[in-house]
Amino acid sequence: MHAILDIFDIYFLEAVINGILLGGVLALLALGLNLIFGVIDVTWICYAELVMIGMYGMYYLVQVFGVPYWAAAPLVILLVALLGAALHFLVIAPLLTAPPINQLLATGGVLFILQSFATVAFGIDFKNLGIRLPVLSLGDMNFSYARLLSFAAALIGMVGVYLFLTRTFTGTAIRAIAQDRQIMPLMGVDAKRIYLITSAIGGGLAGLAACLLVLQYDVHPFVGLSFGPITFLICVLGGLGNFIGGFIAAFVFAEIISLGGLFSDLEWGYVLAFAFFIVMMFIRPAGLLARRS
Amino acid sequence: MNNRLVGWIVALIVLIAVPFVHSDPYHLHLLVLILIWSFAYTSWSIMGRFGLVSLGHGGFMGIGAYVTALLWNHLDISPWIGIPLSMATAGVLALVVAYPCFRFRITGHYFVLVTLALSGIVLQVITATRDYTGGSLGYTPRRAGGIAALQFDDKTTWYLIALAVWLAGLVIWRAIDRGMISRAMEAISEDEDAAAAAGVNVTAEKLKITLISALMTALAGALYCQYQMFISPDTVSGIAVSLQMVFAAIVGGVYVALGPTVGAAITILLAEVLRISFGTGAVGWDNLVYGVLLVLFIIFLPKGILGSVIDRITSPPKKPQRS
Repeated sequence: MHAILDIFDIYFLEAVINGILLGGVLALLALGLNLIFGVIDVTWICYAELVMIGMYGMYYLVQVFGVPYWAAAPLVILLVALLGAALHFLVIAPLLTAPPINQLLATGGVLFILQSFATVAFGIDFKNLGIRLPVLSLGDMNFSYARLLSFAAALIGMVGVYLFLTRTFTGTAIRAIAQDRQIMPLMGVDAKRIYLITSAIGGGLAGLAACLLVLQYDVHPFVGLSFGPITFLICVLGGLGNFIGGFIAAFVFAEIISLGGLFSDLEWGYVLAFAFFIVMMFIRPAGLLARRS
Repeated sequence: MNNRLVGWIVALIVLIAVPFVHSDPYHLHLLVLILIWSFAYTSWSIMGRFGLVSLGHGGFMGIGAYVTALLWNHLDISPWIGIPLSMATAGVLALVVAYPCFRFRITGHYFVLVTLALSGIVLQVITATRDYTGGSLGYTPRRAGGIAALQFDDKTTWYLIALAVWLAGLVIWRAIDRGMISRAMEAISEDEDAAAAAGVNVTAEKLKITLISALMTALAGALYCQYQMFISPDTVSGIAVSLQMVFAAIVGGVYVALGPTVGAAITILLAEVLRISFGTGAVGWDNLVYGVLLVLFIIFLPKGILGSVIDRITSPPKKPQRS
């Protein structure tokens, strides 16, 4: 009896820690989405599909062209950042004055485009990088290096964005425009340029997430659907545009999924997370950290 | 007005006569699919036209299809009872999610994302309960045939059933359009506070329209299941189906009664043309074209094809309006 309890505890602890590690990457995605929402007031429904394209980019660079991983990653981040800027320039910019719902639905169209583009161009087979990172054993618990690395890189990426936003002129302009869209252009900030830069940063964060996720998951055209919805829920739960709320919510969700997966199937973890989200919307409709009016 | 009535009756007779004049099974199959999906898109537009953009309708459709099929296979409950039960299930779920949403003023982006979570839940539950639902491999209602099982082999019967349901959808649309509820909903979509101040019960009106829309969508799902005799989580539930509804409704036109029907005809015919001309090489191309069209339509023709055409006819051409 005692032994069973011990094993259970270790699995439990392992799941908790794996949840934290998963939370890092989710927090990175949530940060990108929150940044774009906070500054441009747009939700990119296709955000996870940008990650998918980035994962394919990594696959082709590393597996097909033989570029080493550390050299391919910056290229992919740049590629997805350009993709983000292009998405803003081609789809969002013409719709800036349209009702917000139209922008959201237009990015829904982009979701279709990217998914089917991947289907047509890359086929529907599952592909992976073929890099097997060792597993770290700590006592009886096992953690993959891929997850530890992702967690660390995600944290570094987030700190980088934070420093950029607080320490540079452009970063300050971005934060200012998030606070007041009407006044900032009068203060001499070129809103169009700031929007483009923000979109590129949002894209770059998706690219970074792609480099990290491709270490752990196979890539296929519909891979975005497996973590896209959860990213939106994290952002909404944290309060759209609220960076710290999104950060906390990412870990809450990651724990629910990880622990739900421990006690039952992974799908039930997701079901639990979705249900938790709907309940939370009623308790704190404006996000975890919002004060109730 | 009388001319109009005559026109409608003639159109109706022509529609009913189609399968008896031209009984090519493939063409009838396409028509049945168009009618069933038109009904689903119409039910989405009943909400969507008032700015209540839901991505949860994939969930309602999935419930309609799966509850009906599960009751039939596991409990021997005829679809005649199963379909109303599945509709009731979808209705209850719609109320449970929508009431707090409307009560706490969850609108815009937030409403879209909450409903997105709803269709995500339904998809995951169907996949997770794979012992009963077959999971992502799909599910087939037990074959029995006959009226009690609501399974027919000939396309003509199905065509007439789908036609009747589709017409019912249009009648409901018209009733809403003519009723007080559309005035109330228009006021709400302009400005909730002002509408409430003018004596509109915002929560109740929104709930009514959501309930109608969810019930109709579940019916569409159940019909699709009975007609196709095969459902899988990806074809009747989830976010992709929700987006597909949004897409077709927007392409056809959300603000006119026949808009979603035009959207359904365009999307289904487009998919078929691509499938026939490119064969299996077409996998993915139809969605690629959909996606590009959806973006272009939202940017350049937000009222949809039919809506824009009607605008052109009824008023002189002017700068296209963003709505």
